[in-house]
Amino acid sequence: MAANDNELWWASETFWKKTTIWTTVIMLIVLVGLTLDTVSQIQVGGKRVPAYSSINHRVDYKYDEALKRQVVIIGQEEPLFGKKLTEQEAEALVDHGKLTMHAKNCMDCHTILGNGAYFAPDLTKAWLDPFWGSVGVREELMVEFIKDPTDKLHNGLGRRMPNLGVTDTEARAVVAYLKWMSTIDTNGFPNNFKPLDQEN
Amino acid sequence: MTALRALDSANLNGGQKLAVKYFTVALALLGVQIIFGLLAAVQFVMPDFLFGVVDFSIKRMVHINALIVWLLFGFMGSVYWMLEEEAGAPTVGLKLGNIIFYVFTAAVLVVVAVYLLVQVGPGEIETQWFITEGREYTEAPRWADIGIVVCVLVFFYNVAATFFKGKANNGGISGIGGVLLLDLVALAGIYLLGMWYTTNVTLDQYWWWWVIHMWVEATWEVMVGCMMAYSLMKVLGTSRKIVTTWLYLEVFMMLGSGILGIGHHYFWIGTPQYWLSIGGFFSALEPLPLVAMVVHAVYDAGVHKSRNNNHPAMGWLIAHAFGNFFGAGVWGFIHTLPQINMYTHGTQWSASHGHFAFYGAYATINIAFFYMAMQKWRGDVWMSSNLFGSWKWKWSMVLLNVGMIGMVMGMLVAGFAQSQIERAIGGATWNAFFAAQEHPWFVQGMYWRLAFGWMFAAGYVLLVWDLLTIGKRETRPVQSISYDQVALEAK
Repeated sequence: MAANDNELWWASETFWKKTTIWTTVIMLIVLVGLTLDTVSQIQVGGKRVPAYSSINHRVDYKYDEALKRQVVIIGQEEPLFGKKLTEQEAEALVDHGKLTMHAKNCMDCHTILGNGAYFAPDLTKAWLDPFWGSVGVREELMVEFIKDPTDKLHNGLGRRMPNLGVTDTEARAVVAYLKWMSTIDTNGFPNNFKPLDQEN
Repeated sequence: MTALRALDSANLNGGQKLAVKYFTVALALLGVQIIFGLLAAVQFVMPDFLFGVVDFSIKRMVHINALIVWLLFGFMGSVYWMLEEEAGAPTVGLKLGNIIFYVFTAAVLVVVAVYLLVQVGPGEIETQWFITEGREYTEAPRWADIGIVVCVLVFFYNVAATFFKGKANNGGISGIGGVLLLDLVALAGIYLLGMWYTTNVTLDQYWWWWVIHMWVEATWEVMVGCMMAYSLMKVLGTSRKIVTTWLYLEVFMMLGSGILGIGHHYFWIGTPQYWLSIGGFFSALEPLPLVAMVVHAVYDAGVHKSRNNNHPAMGWLIAHAFGNFFGAGVWGFIHTLPQINMYTHGTQWSASHGHFAFYGAYATINIAFFYMAMQKWRGDVWMSSNLFGSWKWKWSMVLLNVGMIGMVMGMLVAGFAQSQIERAIGGATWNAFFAAQEHPWFVQGMYWRLAFGWMFAAGYVLLVWDLLTIGKRETRPVQSISYDQVALEAK
């Protein structure tokens, strides 16, 4: 439809059509550029998403004075289940854990990196949660809980996790996945988190 | 045209005959969504309800998947509804379109049956192929993903081929048609990005948000822009030139803000810090097109002194304009800046926004199309003032709207309590999470949500009853409306 001679530019169909097309194209180009940069920054083994083998180390979440937010500290060697893994072994274990979390549909009760459902707590820092009491018992408590949570202590609400038929191998893999996930730099989310005391 | 009032498919063109099939399944799936939503809401106040039988995760999965699929069926139906009039040609490949409808519907039933009967699988990749992918909103197993892509390709073939066939005798493709075609390409293409697995959870969620965000906050918004443009022409008699110009303006603002607005999902998943600024800024602009849609709808209604040929449809179009603005726009805006989102992300704020936005932006306009379809299906029957039995559509609209707003408020209040008690004070530990969940302010919110959920369900029952009976006892033909001067001009 040709624009009428007397038509105001801001009421013109053609003007808005062109504006729409150009804006969309420009925004898409910017998004693709940002995506290329982001994808390169979030590769496993980088600064934001540490290597799978970081499960061989202590993970902590500390307040950074300069940034005014908490940051992840990957500290001394502290292998999961007492067994130091190679990068490949660690990747295989974490992968099995993630597959298990998909297969049991964890995300439709819990949140993972804040995304999911809101019936059960966030799992982003599950590894660091004070719920586990102390470092010495954490790993085994987590495994036992995931395998058969129904009758274990949950909360005062009576809200419980069902038995999802997680095997021992799968439960250990899930713990590895959760430990690895706690190493991801989430820009300080969740804020003011109070992690499990791991000093003793 | 056959007898007035009789529900006769001879009243419909080919695309519209297929459209009403999609609408029927869409409406049924809305019922499924409501049932599973109620079951999940009950579990928030009675934790042992169906525990170990149909656990919360399963209820919630069916609840949100029914949502996605019924809205998608509603959109596909709406496109088939508009298609022949917009393209100026009979639907190309209609037979194939019909087959695909039955295949799609059967696939949905199989997926839901597996969700309910099998529920979970072993931690292997095969589980993702045959049981569930285990990712919120895209839980459907991979085989179903591929099926969806095939169905959408056939759908796209129907739409594109029809527009190109009508191009010659229609003087080109209409503005609505052009926007629609490009939107469908994007909608289908984006879905492909969610169809792969990676161990890297950050990368996984990065692409997963492309699917969710680019559907819900970009391509679906463009889709409802097209639907709104078409329905304002049909129901009010607004001129094509006006609705097309507005459509371009809206799409410009939607994609100008929405494409980079995706950044508000990239605050806390491990992605770089620059997304805090980019996501915060652009997503804060996302309400603007929704303001434009309100202005557009209300202004057009005013110009025509609200004289329209389908009161229920017009009512739902206005509900859409305001629902989209408040639910998607305002409710999104209130927690989209990272400084706030840090404390609200993954709390009942998100649930409150999710309910209001999906309902306000998408459920409402699909319901408007259901009413437009019923009117024509009954031979263009009267649906204006003093409509026989009009209490039903009015009351169902009141119950649905008040029910939804009540649920949204219940969750928002719970969300306020949660973000303060769990996040700001408690430091987001699991103990803090449960301290918030146990707090009377939170618990009361959950009870209110359940109560208003029942009200919403009652509204749905009335809606179904009304859609089945509206116009049945009318003897008057459709009210003629004053078309704008250029309304019927060639495109």
